[in-house]
Amino acid sequence: MKSAVVVFPGSNCDRDVKVALEKVTGGPVRMVWHAETAMPATDLIVLPGGFAYGDYLRTGAMAAHSPIMRDVVAKAKSGIPVLGICNGFQVLCEAGLLPGVLMRNASLKFVCRDVLLKIEQTGTPFTSCFQQGEVIRLSVAHGDGNYFADRATLEALEADGRVVFRYVDKAGQATPEANPNGAQHNIAGICDAQRRVLGLMPHPERLFEPMLGGTDGRRIFESVLATLH
Amino acid sequence: MKARIKITLKHGVLDPQGKAIENALASLGYRGINEVRQGKYIEVDLAEQDEARARAQVEEICKDLLANTVIENYAYELVK
Repeated sequence: MKSAVVVFPGSNCDRDVKVALEKVTGGPVRMVWHAETAMPATDLIVLPGGFAYGDYLRTGAMAAHSPIMRDVVAKAKSGIPVLGICNGFQVLCEAGLLPGVLMRNASLKFVCRDVLLKIEQTGTPFTSCFQQGEVIRLSVAHGDGNYFADRATLEALEADGRVVFRYVDKAGQATPEANPNGAQHNIAGICDAQRRVLGLMPHPERLFEPMLGGTDGRRIFESVLATLH
Repeated sequence: MKARIKITLKHGVLDPQGKAIENALASLGYRGINEVRQGKYIEVDLAEQDEARARAQVEEICKDLLANTVIENYAYELVK
């Protein structure tokens, strides 16, 4: 399995996700600079975390117009799985591949801690190795993770089962206390209608091996590998 | 021709920064402030001299990049 990680000026989780992909998939990982205009042949595209373009204007807004994004959108439409992590999720929303927008955290504070997530949807290439309703632990580190969409969009996401990850407590309940950023419906991650494009605020690459303190993130990359083989 | 563009959050969209400014003003002792909403002001200098064409261009750049119309409204005036 071949993977590609897009690197924007200001990306800072690109090499972490490269290491995670190399260790889990065993395949090559190409780093693709944002100024390139064509993606290499790849089975997976990852938009990593960071602060692309210093979050100028709005998070992800400038990156969404980077030269490489035209081909990322084309590849996504052709069915190649695209994973946006944290800032990558913000870029996917600004690029129109996912609906809604990630706003400033309701607390106005940067949150950096572990969160519990409920797997709401296993029918995506990124969650096929999980059990429906399972609660997992990943870490978040963001200042703008407050998911917002209008009522009609939220209702459509829920009705279509496109909310993939939700912030929950230990009992699996989506309480306000379990929500680190004020996101509507405790949404931590969503997918597109074809279930090939996924954006999530938590960082799976930060908890992918025991040395890092957890392994739940690994299963997201294992899911992609299992789906593609 | 210059476009003076104001970008504001739509009504009903939570504005935690505006809320923080509102709270800061209250803690400074300012009374009678009902609400504070924060927005952006962007000035664009256009080569275009024709007003109708300038207007069309500003509309396009607002929708394309400057505002995210999921959460933001934009308004502008053109000045010579």
